[in-house]
Amino acid sequence: MTQVIEKLQPWRDAVEQRPQGGPRWLQDLRDRAAARFGTLGFPTVRDEEWRFTNPAPIGAGEFRLAGPAASLATEAELAGYLYSDAAVRLVIVNGHFVPALSRTAGLPAGVRVASLAAAIADHADVVQRYLGQLAEFGSRAFTALNTALAADGAYVYIPDGVIVEQPIHVLFVTTASAATGPILSTARALIVAGERSQARIVETYVGPRDAVYFTNAVTEVVAGEGSVIDHYKVQQESLDAFHVASMHVHAARGANFSSHSFSLGGKLVRNDAVALLDGEGAECTLNGLYLADGDRLVDNHTTIDHAKAHCPSHEIYKGILGGRARAVFNGKIIVRQDAQKTDAKQTNRALLLSDHAAINTKPQLEIFADDVKCTHGAAIGQLDEDAIFYLRARGLTYFEARDMLIHAFAGDILDRIKIAPLRAALEVELYAQLAKDLAEVDAA
Amino acid sequence: MLEIKNLQVRAENKEILKGINLAVKAGEVHAIMGPNGSGKSTLARALSGHPEYHVTGGEVTFEGRDLLDMDPDERAREGVFMAFQYPVEIAGVNNAYFLKAALNAKRKHHGEPELDAMEFMQLVKSKSTLLDIDQSMLSRAVNEGFSGGEKKRNEIFQMALLEPKLAILDETDSGLDIDALKLVADGVNAMRGPDRAFIVVTHYQRLLDYIVPDFVHVLSGGRIVRSGGKELALELEKKGYGWIETGAQPVGA
Repeated sequence: MTQVIEKLQPWRDAVEQRPQGGPRWLQDLRDRAAARFGTLGFPTVRDEEWRFTNPAPIGAGEFRLAGPAASLATEAELAGYLYSDAAVRLVIVNGHFVPALSRTAGLPAGVRVASLAAAIADHADVVQRYLGQLAEFGSRAFTALNTALAADGAYVYIPDGVIVEQPIHVLFVTTASAATGPILSTARALIVAGERSQARIVETYVGPRDAVYFTNAVTEVVAGEGSVIDHYKVQQESLDAFHVASMHVHAARGANFSSHSFSLGGKLVRNDAVALLDGEGAECTLNGLYLADGDRLVDNHTTIDHAKAHCPSHEIYKGILGGRARAVFNGKIIVRQDAQKTDAKQTNRALLLSDHAAINTKPQLEIFADDVKCTHGAAIGQLDEDAIFYLRARGLTYFEARDMLIHAFAGDILDRIKIAPLRAALEVELYAQLAKDLAEVDAA
Repeated sequence: MLEIKNLQVRAENKEILKGINLAVKAGEVHAIMGPNGSGKSTLARALSGHPEYHVTGGEVTFEGRDLLDMDPDERAREGVFMAFQYPVEIAGVNNAYFLKAALNAKRKHHGEPELDAMEFMQLVKSKSTLLDIDQSMLSRAVNEGFSGGEKKRNEIFQMALLEPKLAILDETDSGLDIDALKLVADGVNAMRGPDRAFIVVTHYQRLLDYIVPDFVHVLSGGRIVRSGGKELALELEKKGYGWIETGAQPVGA
């Protein structure tokens, strides 16, 4: 026990030195989150939610907080990151907004794409209403830690009835290096979409190759009545980085929220996506594609909470694992008593390229209404041998056939990306990474 | 073109072909008939290089080269084509994309320039009318959600595009209604020529009304027990396979 406390002490110290200042409500929020983190500590594999993902390496790591002054990046650095050429771009370095690298010109009137710190000051009523309200930290230690340290981040606000044509790219960069040592990056985003508004938002998480750092991210999305929000998350951290993120979505009546999560990097990655369908006819799509090799771990936990009637939800998660990589997929669907006529569909598929890769997958349906349709399916395994033979019988080599099938497997998720340049950039990244993984498989 | 000598094949730990001898010359159409379990499809699959069919003895040469020494894809690129009895559905792979990849794999192998999208579509257009292949069949995933007839037409369409030297049809007629059967037969007949040979594996004589063979071979118990001209198929139709299984002596055993 003593050992655990010792490990946790530096984290408690960090939380003790949490950002101060700002409005009273924010101070209170941080204080409550800090107290909660102190009580919870880091989860262990004894927690049901962390059964297959041991976060101990994060707790044992020595990460330091980088202040705004130390959080610099150059345009040249950014140019190396996927989709960084987006016209509308918010750049957040080590958790701090960098105005010099951001560009927000040309947005419709009333739309706010800005630093969270600024919005706390001058969009106080909206921020106070939502910040920390969706991302509950009562049982989530990492969310508590993030909230306790919350000071800045990304803020996106779309007024009622406004349609934003340009995708909004929020680029979270961590600039850890040998000189800085491991950095803790507290990434925070608040997205508030008014009634009948529409927007496409891309969050990417990146860092220098081989850098050691820990990104602890929390995104809250408020999707107002009848809004249409298309959300993309691209996680392409350093292969030695830790990434723990949770996204919390509140969908009001008739809102349509879709999320596409791409996990390409990181050593230990945990993504939680939690969507509350809290108005009749709200619709939710959660799709994901993850790639892992080496001894990396990718854990996706999703929760779709059907609280009201007539809400459809669709979910497809796919993974491709090589080496000794491990993955976890836990798909929870809650259908509450009032949520009659729910139509929930969940699919989880994983392709294991090596005999040593493994996945733990678990659908979790909690249904309290009686007139609902819920389906789930999981398929884990190798490539279809019959399909390989069929393609070979038409003249494609084994390798061509295999690549074609793997590309088709991933393409199913990539094809759903509605932002063409993002899709093209991801295809390039993904297929390059796949080619590398497959070359390793062939060499083995 | 194809020379099969004393071919023995095992599948699922059972000896299925027990010594097949068959010579197929360019321009010929050979029908392989026989009751269920006689080894007809095993012969087709072994010739195409299916990994679950293990050749335990004998030899097969294709244009003087050892066919059994070639990988399935090399056999295909060299001009051996098998129309599958059960074409495989391949989710996520667009049919036109697949056909183009297959065609270009073969062209590359023979040192011909690969076709670009435009040239490919022109070729597709010229070959698709005969088999009633419409645009939607090309834009869907390979065989996915295709009806039985569509799958078989897609097989013959692939054959038309790839222009093999030797085409093996593995029970292509099974499950087809008469209209689809005629389309398939027309597709095959349009490709008959002095440089191309066919092996048509079928359980029923019906297909042979439309694709008239030069030779008919009857397989039973893993051996060819009777060979003859097209009249043999008609005789079989009248008398049934029981006649062969009880009365005939193995040929070449």
